[in-house]
Amino acid sequence: MSPTSLPRFLAAVAAAVALNAAAQTVRIGNQGDALSMDPHSLNESLQLSVTGNVYEPLVGRDRNLALTPMLATSWRATSPTVWRFELRRGVRFHDGTSFTSDDVVFSFGRAAGEGSDVKTFVNEIKDVRALDSHTIEIETRAPFPILPGVISQLYIMSRKWCEENQAARPVDRRKGVENASSFRANGTGPFVLRERQPNVRTVFARNGTYWGRIEGNAAEIVYTPIGNDATRVAALLSEQIDVMEPVPLQDVARINASGKARVMQGPELRTVFLGLDQKRDELLYSNVKGRNPFKDRRVRQAFYQAIDIEGIRRGVMRGASTPAATLIGPGIAGFDTAFNQRPAFDPDNARRLLGEAGYPNGFEVTLNCPNDRYVNDSEICQAVAANLARIGVKVTVAAETKGTYFPRVLKRDTSFYMLAWTPATYDAHNTLNALVRCVDDKGGGQFNLGNYCNPQVDDRIQRIQAETEPLARNALIREAFQLVAADVGYLPLHQQALAWGVSNKVELVQLADNFMPFRYMSVK
Amino acid sequence: MLPFLLRRLLQAALVLLCVAFVSFILFQYVGDPVVFLLGQDASAAEIAALRSDLGLDRPSWIQFLHFLGNAASGEFGTSLRHGAKVSTLLAARLPATLELSLVAAALALLIGVPAGVYTALRRRAPGSQALMVLSLLGVSLPTFLIGILMILVFSVLLGWLPSFGRGPLVSIAGVETSLATWVGWSHVVMPAATLAVFQVALLLRLVRAEMLEVLRTDYIKFARARGLPDRVVHFRHALRNTLVPVITVAGLQLGSLIAFAVITETVFQWPGMGLLFIEAVTFADIPVMAAYLCVVSLIFVAINLGVDLLYFGIDPRLHPHRSSGH
Repeated sequence: MSPTSLPRFLAAVAAAVALNAAAQTVRIGNQGDALSMDPHSLNESLQLSVTGNVYEPLVGRDRNLALTPMLATSWRATSPTVWRFELRRGVRFHDGTSFTSDDVVFSFGRAAGEGSDVKTFVNEIKDVRALDSHTIEIETRAPFPILPGVISQLYIMSRKWCEENQAARPVDRRKGVENASSFRANGTGPFVLRERQPNVRTVFARNGTYWGRIEGNAAEIVYTPIGNDATRVAALLSEQIDVMEPVPLQDVARINASGKARVMQGPELRTVFLGLDQKRDELLYSNVKGRNPFKDRRVRQAFYQAIDIEGIRRGVMRGASTPAATLIGPGIAGFDTAFNQRPAFDPDNARRLLGEAGYPNGFEVTLNCPNDRYVNDSEICQAVAANLARIGVKVTVAAETKGTYFPRVLKRDTSFYMLAWTPATYDAHNTLNALVRCVDDKGGGQFNLGNYCNPQVDDRIQRIQAETEPLARNALIREAFQLVAADVGYLPLHQQALAWGVSNKVELVQLADNFMPFRYMSVK
Repeated sequence: MLPFLLRRLLQAALVLLCVAFVSFILFQYVGDPVVFLLGQDASAAEIAALRSDLGLDRPSWIQFLHFLGNAASGEFGTSLRHGAKVSTLLAARLPATLELSLVAAALALLIGVPAGVYTALRRRAPGSQALMVLSLLGVSLPTFLIGILMILVFSVLLGWLPSFGRGPLVSIAGVETSLATWVGWSHVVMPAATLAVFQVALLLRLVRAEMLEVLRTDYIKFARARGLPDRVVHFRHALRNTLVPVITVAGLQLGSLIAFAVITETVFQWPGMGLLFIEAVTFADIPVMAAYLCVVSLIFVAINLGVDLLYFGIDPRLHPHRSSGH
């Protein structure tokens, strides 16, 4: 090479690299933002999804939500109550400190301590101890076969960094104390936090010294939340952002036809269902006096068979739902199509059953719904009300914003309500314990707002918790859900679909739990 | 002058007290913030503990007194959702709202006043009629519709302007503003225009009505009789007298621009106080809502007072030291 062409060549390369780096920026404009960059301060899927790019757990989930080694390379139960994890060597935090078992012990302690909202991940854990610099043991109070899955959202922080930055405790809203971990982050993950303006703009940069392989080629992620649906769609169509969710259902066709972006849809792990008050002797919000129609299984089945779920799928959800016959969906451990067979839509049979139960002219009842929590929630309720009107039941839909809806139904101030659930552990036990278990004062049935109670199901639930053999466990789960279906304890509706708007220049992977890992994002 | 000022300040304090009281009553019905502060797996005991820690289980009048006491010293408590001090949150967002409102007010004045003068002077011209019809539209169309239409036309169809957000910030004399760059202006022009549409229509009609009335007065007749050229009559005499009530109305409208930029900020994702307020409503973040209402009523009251004093200064007929004779 001649003396003058080398500097010019280098300049050209530098320019090309700079252009390339700019070209590999992915701009995300989701509806909401993570409240804080502290991975232990709020147990909410959006915050865990965003911080999960910067921090990592011991055991993570791959693109099919199966468990995969992250900061732990292998794990096994050395006894029914003890799990041993071998930790990955050669991992560094973003500030350069080495990752060791001490950081794991610290992080579990932080997650169990004051100010943490992720205590439920570590509730069953009695002790976490380091055997050496890269091996730890977790001892649980009782046999806990699903522990690796339960801690898949418990992110590991650096003890040294937290202590140096007064972040040894998660942000405590009570005390109004903020700490460094709200706005800054030091994890082991594939992306580094560069800039943070809560609810305005957060910037992540690719971690050049990441221990593993980052599948996508995104060099920078710019995250700017856009709350308004129409503006979000416009921003995607005008190519101001590359990725956004959720896409309002009425705009799916428009985005697909634009030639600039497409909508990726797939079933979400969330199952939407209707619950009925089955405990009170007289319903709070009905015109039936002296008895509770929902205590009669025939009435519950009549309601179930009167709901035209295919019509709802076509008309209300525009195809973006998968009808369900049980409270969990495929992808949740323990799911089996054996208990996901929905009885046929049969309004004539429904009317007959109502007559047999003593309500030949139907009755009136109020249906409580949120109107801004699930996809087309209040519209679904209105469709259900229309379906039930055909069998003589006059339903008054009381839709309200989630801010007033949840306090109301959580007080069980309802006769007929809508709810949805994704088990945080991706395991059926979480759903059974929260929704199906008889309500007790130890936290069982906390979201069993209709007070459905069947001791036989409770027996199965208790045995599921302790059963370590997978086949036996799945059999128990199947029995439990079959009993609930036979009782018509709930009226499952469907799994709603995720709808992500993605620019045609970007490739990524959509996960059924609505997590959006940046590591899979590529700019073509 | 001084008793006038004192009376107005007392009235202002009374207004603020009433606003705080009414908003506190309302907040008993907005919902339960604790439900959103903890994840779905939190136990009932944890929820009760948090409610007690935050003081939400005390009777509302005690909470109100507590709030008043803090507010008097500028302390609005801590946001239930963000965990940060409310005064910090509001202070961080206020400049963005002020920037948007001031640009909108400037736009409204620059377009509304000349247009109003034109329609007053050339009443029968087709341009005038067109402006009057447009102003009717401007007053009737809701702000969010105008905003979304603008985004559709200028961002999606034409691709000229960005559809959301605020431009990059530059620090000028200690104040951070996005107006120093062309990119910044491209971000602010649509939200400001959306916000200004109603004001333009209002000012146009107001200037027109005032000007028509002024043009009918005796002193204008005498000025014409003196042989003064039209330009002098219209602009030196008529317009100056027209502008006095117009400026006071425009000043009052500035208060409503700041307060009601909420819709525009929501549509354009403009990071101002209004967007903060809407998010607080969704999550029942009571300290933020209460503080926002108090700050906004303070702004209104201050602007009203300022405008009254301005009117006092501008209108020579109100000067108390002038004798009524000549």
